[in-house]
Amino acid sequence: MQITKHTGKFFVTLVTALALVVIALPARAYDDPWPDIQRDVFDNREVIEGDGTITLEAPYRAEDAAIVPLTMRMPESIAGDVKKLTLIIDKNPAPIAATFQFGDAAGRGERVISTRVRIDMYSNVRAVIETKDGKLHMAAKFVKASGGCSAPASKDAEAALANLGKMRIRHFDPPARANSLPATRKAQVMIRHPNFSGMQMDQLTREYTPAKFVEELEIKRGDALVFRMEGGISISENPNFRFTFDAADDETLHVRAKDTDGSVFTATSLDKSS
Amino acid sequence: MRLHPAFARNTRQLLRAAQVVLLIFFGSASVSQAASAPYEVREIAPGVFVHEGRYELFTPHNSGDVSNTGFIIGSNGVAVIDTGGSPKVGGKLLKAIRAHTDLPIKYVINTHMHPDHVFGNAAFANEKPIFVGHRKLPRALTARADRYLKINEKLLGQEAFDGTQIIPPTLLVEDTLELDLGDRSLILTAHKTAHTDNDVTVYDKQTQTLFLGDLLFAKHVPALDGSIRGWLALLDQLSKREDVARVVPGHGPASTEWPDALAAEKRYLARIAEDVRDFIKHGQTLAQAAKEAGLSEKDAWLLFEEYHARNVSAAFAELEWE
Repeated sequence: MQITKHTGKFFVTLVTALALVVIALPARAYDDPWPDIQRDVFDNREVIEGDGTITLEAPYRAEDAAIVPLTMRMPESIAGDVKKLTLIIDKNPAPIAATFQFGDAAGRGERVISTRVRIDMYSNVRAVIETKDGKLHMAAKFVKASGGCSAPASKDAEAALANLGKMRIRHFDPPARANSLPATRKAQVMIRHPNFSGMQMDQLTREYTPAKFVEELEIKRGDALVFRMEGGISISENPNFRFTFDAADDETLHVRAKDTDGSVFTATSLDKSS
Repeated sequence: MRLHPAFARNTRQLLRAAQVVLLIFFGSASVSQAASAPYEVREIAPGVFVHEGRYELFTPHNSGDVSNTGFIIGSNGVAVIDTGGSPKVGGKLLKAIRAHTDLPIKYVINTHMHPDHVFGNAAFANEKPIFVGHRKLPRALTARADRYLKINEKLLGQEAFDGTQIIPPTLLVEDTLELDLGDRSLILTAHKTAHTDNDVTVYDKQTQTLFLGDLLFAKHVPALDGSIRGWLALLDQLSKREDVARVVPGHGPASTEWPDALAAEKRYLARIAEDVRDFIKHGQTLAQAAKEAGLSEKDAWLLFEEYHARNVSAAFAELEWE
C-alpha cells in the first residue's frame, strides 16, 4: 500500500487519538519526540519537509524489526549541494541512527544511500539533509515495527563473533559500462559486526551485553572522500551500505571502520569493476 | 482491543471466584477448560499421541493452540513433546494425557525455543518432570524472554497468558540422548542451526515415529529463524533415513508419510534460496527481494502472507555473505 505523507500523518494522529482514548495508556508514551529532536539536533532551525530534495523509502510494516531496509534519494539537481544527511528514528532509545558527511567523490548524479536499521517501536523515520546554503530538508515515513533494538544479535549465536570485522565491497557497474562512463557509480560495503545495541540479553551471562557498534565508517575513492558515517546502535547487525559515488579513472574503494572498542577494520576493493 | 488493566483484573477475579464456586459443585479443576473447545489427540501409532494445532497466529480465541503437541507412553512413564503456546493449552494437553494414563510424566521435551512450543511448560511444573531441550535452548530463551513474554501477553490476552512462565530445560541434548520410558526408549538428536539454532528431534524406536518439531512444516508455510542453508542441508540428510515409518511435523497433519512429507517444504526453501541468490547476483536489494522473491509458492501454503516476506529477508541477510 502506498502511504502518502498526509495519510501517514493522519494515521499517526488517528492512532494516537485512539490510543489515548480507548487503551488509556499513559499519555507520555505517545508524546511526539520530534520537537525535542529538532531543538537538540538542529538547534530549532527551520526544516523544510516534502520539497522533493530528499525522499525516503521504508516499508510501512517491517518484516523484521532488526533489519528494516531504508533508502534515501537525493535528485541530481541538488545532490552536489548536499553536505550532510542525518537519519533519525524518533522513538528509538538513541534517535540519531547515523549521520553521513559527504565528500568530493560523493557524485554529481542522483545520490542514493541504502542501509538497514533496527526500529524499537512504531515510529516516524526521518532523513534530514543539510545543503551548502545551510538549509535543512526532510523526508519522513511512519514505520510499524517493534523490538528491533533488543532482538538477539544473531540467528546463529555462536557464528556471530567468529567473523568480526570481515568486510565485503561490491561494485555494481559491469566492466562493459566503463566506456560509456556514467557520472555515477554504485557500490556496496558490508561489515561483519554484531553492532550490539546494549539492549540485548547476553545469552551466557544473562546480563545485558554492553553496546559495541561501528561508530565510524569512512569510504574513499582513491584519496577522495565519498562519505564519512557516524553510526549508533540503530544500525543493524552486519552493517550494510549501498551508495553512489563519482566515476573516475581509478574507482578503487578504500573502507575504514572503527567500532566503540577502538578496533579498526579496513578493506579495499580489488579492481575497478569486479 | 485491550481492556483497561483494572477492569481486566476485576474480571479475572470474578472469573476465579466463579471457578471456585463451580469447583465446589463439580469438583473439577478444569471447569474453564471444559467450557471451551475439546482438545483432541489422536493415537498415530501404539502409545504415540498427537494433537494437531490450528493453522493460525496467536489470538485470545485459540489461546495459543497453534502448534502440534504429542506424548508417548512407556511402561513406567510418559514423555511430552512440546506443550503448546500457553499454560491453558498445556493444561488441556495434561488433561488429555490423564485420560489415557496415570503414569508419571518423566520428561517434557521442547523441540525448540518458539513460544507456541514452550509456553505450555508451566502447566506441567506440578508433575515434576525433567525438562529437556537442545544445549542452546536455555540461552536462546534467555535472550528472547522479555520479548516473548511481552508479545504473548499482547496477542493471547490475560486469560490464556495467566500463569505464564518460561521454564528452560535442565537436561540438555548435546548431540544425542536416549531417554527410557520403561520398555520404550526415545532417541533425541540436537541439530545444527536450521529452523532455529536449537532444534531437537525425537525418535520413538518402537514405532519408528520421528517427531521433527518445526524442522517440518506441512500446510502451514515454513518460518525461517535460523539458517536457510543449514535447514536445506539438514533436510537432505534427514531424508536419507530409512528407519522411519512416519513423521510428526511441528505444524501440519498429526502424522505424515516418510520421506514424501519433506518434499513441499524442501521445494519452498529451495525456491526462496534460488530466487534470493538471483536477486543478490543481479545487484537487487533486500527490500526488492522481500516484495518479489518466492511468490510462485504463494498458493501452496496457509499463512503465506504472515511469514513469507520475513523468510525472504532472513534468507537474504544470510545468503548475501556466501
